[in-house]
Amino acid sequence: MLRFKIEKTGAPVWMRSLIPVFALLVTFLITSGLILWGQANPIQAYYYFLIAPLTSRVSALEVLVKSTPLILSGVAVTFAFVAGYYNIGAEGQLYAGAIAAAWLGTVLGGLPPALAIPIMLLGGFIAGALWALTPALLRVKLAVDEVVTTLLLNSVMLFIVSALLNGPWRSPVSGWPQSPEIAPSTVLPKLIPRSRLHLGFVVAVLSVVVLWFVLSRTVFGLKMRAAGLGREAARFAGVNVGRTMLIAALISGGIAGIVGVSEVAGIHFHLIEEISPGYGYTGILIATLGALNAWGVAAAALFFGLIDTGTQTLSHAMGVPIYLGEVTQATMLLVTLAMLLLQNYRIRRV
Amino acid sequence: MDTFLVNLIAATLRVATPLLLAAIGETYIERAGVLNLGIEGMMFFGAFVGFFVADVTGSLWLGFWVAVLSGVLSGLLMALFSVTFGVNQHVSGLGITLLLGGLSLFAFRLKYGGRSVPPSIEPFPQLSPFKDVPVLGTLFEQYLFTYVAFLVIVPLAWWLLYRTSFGLNIRSVGENPEAADAAGVNVFLIRYITLAIGGGLIAAGGAFLSLAQLGAFTHGIVSGRGWVALALVIFGNWDPVKVMWGALIFGGTFALQLRLQAMGLNLPIPYETFLALPYVVTIVALVIAGRNATYPAALLKPYRRE
Repeated sequence: MLRFKIEKTGAPVWMRSLIPVFALLVTFLITSGLILWGQANPIQAYYYFLIAPLTSRVSALEVLVKSTPLILSGVAVTFAFVAGYYNIGAEGQLYAGAIAAAWLGTVLGGLPPALAIPIMLLGGFIAGALWALTPALLRVKLAVDEVVTTLLLNSVMLFIVSALLNGPWRSPVSGWPQSPEIAPSTVLPKLIPRSRLHLGFVVAVLSVVVLWFVLSRTVFGLKMRAAGLGREAARFAGVNVGRTMLIAALISGGIAGIVGVSEVAGIHFHLIEEISPGYGYTGILIATLGALNAWGVAAAALFFGLIDTGTQTLSHAMGVPIYLGEVTQATMLLVTLAMLLLQNYRIRRV
Repeated sequence: MDTFLVNLIAATLRVATPLLLAAIGETYIERAGVLNLGIEGMMFFGAFVGFFVADVTGSLWLGFWVAVLSGVLSGLLMALFSVTFGVNQHVSGLGITLLLGGLSLFAFRLKYGGRSVPPSIEPFPQLSPFKDVPVLGTLFEQYLFTYVAFLVIVPLAWWLLYRTSFGLNIRSVGENPEAADAAGVNVFLIRYITLAIGGGLIAAGGAFLSLAQLGAFTHGIVSGRGWVALALVIFGNWDPVKVMWGALIFGGTFALQLRLQAMGLNLPIPYETFLALPYVVTIVALVIAGRNATYPAALLKPYRRE
């Protein structure tokens, strides 16, 4: 049996619950400088940025659409990070899933959606997990640093996508680098008419519940957390650290693969190079801001979805470059990291 | 000597230069016990700042030095998080990469708008000391930065790390900060200094891309070179001279694929195979060399005085 528990130490609860509020204030003070440089009024800009998207039905639903890949990416990264496996390769694994979806979407046309869609999701999961397998095995068997290998494989994957889109999948009609449209029966159904919100959002919500369940209600979850907090201590407590990390890495890659399926079969209906503006990396920010906790990850992803929608509104309305979103998200992470110092965890044997 | 080979070697040195600058910068940083995943963003930011300043002021050298300064400041920002705050280095480094990437693109878009043809400047010229000599003429027709990187930066890094008390302090801080502290070495100060030096070198690598090699700034200007530099440091076992060999292997593979593409061979495989080849070679090299890698013992561990 496992003879340890993990507990929080540090600042009192009220102080910790104020962290997001302070982080938000400090972030906005910092990014105001950029908005002024963009010759816009910060107060007005923040209205477009944070409030305007929530004032209409269409744009509020769009926040959920934008949050879908972010939630899944955040969950994917969390699975690996909790186990102390630094999977920085979610971006590549996402594209592996997208390739699988683009291919399955064209060959499963004969099947009814109730069959085709689960196969697509499974296919994306397997593709993402396979792309995550090599660095995970290298890490566990040969102790090759996974950070560097997963990062390098992201670059390799982009070349594979480019080779497919400029080669066998290049559109014969337009000559554009985009794969053939997927069959209608493989398109993820819309949840709400007259919106872009699709079944992928439900999958994303499910992934949050699965993450919560695994981390807090299963022995495997406890093993993952133990491996993440300290390999030696975990080994001492009877955890097979290598195996735990390997499985965590594959689940992480698989969920990242589902992001690709969700974007191909829910939004674009074909594969293009620009399917992800860096969701795999943003997932790392989200996982960290969510403190590797399922509900925290969901909240952070929704907030980032709001920022992504808001920057689009802002850029249309006031001409502030859309990259303000990226800067805000990264600043938010750094500010929060500094503030999270108030909070610590430790392993205690019982 | 065969012109193909001569051209290949000359191109290898050129391609290896930005990687070498960044990887030597990262070597200082990691030797003191910090993993800097801000490297990709620092290169990108350096490339942008160099281009921007050179374009606005009309001075390439001013652009270069302001870029180096931007790298020093980025390094100090990384130090604030990894040394003073002692937060997770993977996450803070990636955060800095995304922050600097976003900042560069934000500023670029504000200044130049969304034009389809990227603005360009007249880049640094290449030196050609043996202009009319057949083989040497080609081999030595290089940028000043390439000469400096191979002939000054690498030997200097080796000498500093292995032959000076400053280098001994860096290595002891990266191996055993408690003992270093007990011996009177200021662990925090050493890490701040190495991040400042390293950040400057990394940004210089980025500025080389925009101010010398390309004469322009594009979204894909760095495209993973920072990550390759990170791999080269492990491949080189944190030894500047071995890191240089790693940069030459990657540079050689990259130059080879450029040559093969330029020859327009009609091969039955997509040209992306060649583009991906240097990254795959780096991973393979890492697997072979990584098995004997002896990481600085205190890498990733923030130091706290009890």
